Amino acid sequence: MTFRGEARLWIAQRASAAVLAACVAVHLVTIVYAVRSGLTAAEILGRTRGSVAWFAFYSLFVLAVTVHAPIGLRSVLNEWLGWRGRSRDFALLLFAAFLGWIGMRAVLGVFA
Amino acid sequence: MRQHASYWAFVVHRVSGIALALFLPFHFWALGNAMQLENFLHWTQQPLVKLGEWLIVVALAAHLGGGLRVLALEFLPWRDWQKSLAAAAAAFALAVGLAFALAL
Repeated sequence: MTFRGEARLWIAQRASAAVLAACVAVHLVTIVYAVRSGLTAAEILGRTRGSVAWFAFYSLFVLAVTVHAPIGLRSVLNEWLGWRGRSRDFALLLFAAFLGWIGMRAVLGVFA
Repeated sequence: MRQHASYWAFVVHRVSGIALALFLPFHFWALGNAMQLENFLHWTQQPLVKLGEWLIVVALAAHLGGGLRVLALEFLPWRDWQKSLAAAAAAFALAVGLAFALAL
């Protein structure tokens, strides 16, 4: 990949990290709050069904993680497995597409 | 090098990141099957699954703490604080882990 491309990935990783920092903080508080009285499907869906605010929040969360996780794995594959080049980037693009698809499927699943 | 706080901060950040990337598809898959969510939550009551949940929540908190450390090192003029940042990240992960364990 060109230097320019690498620089763009670096920026995308930091920008998505900043979004995720806020999302994960909200998520951790929600997790600890939600498990206090035991998790039930009714409780989870009662919070998320038809809620535009939660839908927007989780959509942003999924989008940010779809950017962040593949770029993070890119360094891991390079440094720990020695896998670089186009085949690695293509595989990661597939992983990103899969993550975005299954993530939005989950968001829609608890919203609709 | 390996005894340096920054080295361990790097290892924890990387391993927690890999764990989260592997966990996410399963997390999304389970939530996408909202119709069977109650059955799935029943399955998660097993002690080993609870231990797994606790580990992944701690990994999430550790990755957040470690990520904030990286952002602070790169964007703020705080180079002398490397050890303090690593300690703060570890303390944050521990605090979230305790809160989650107490709430479970």
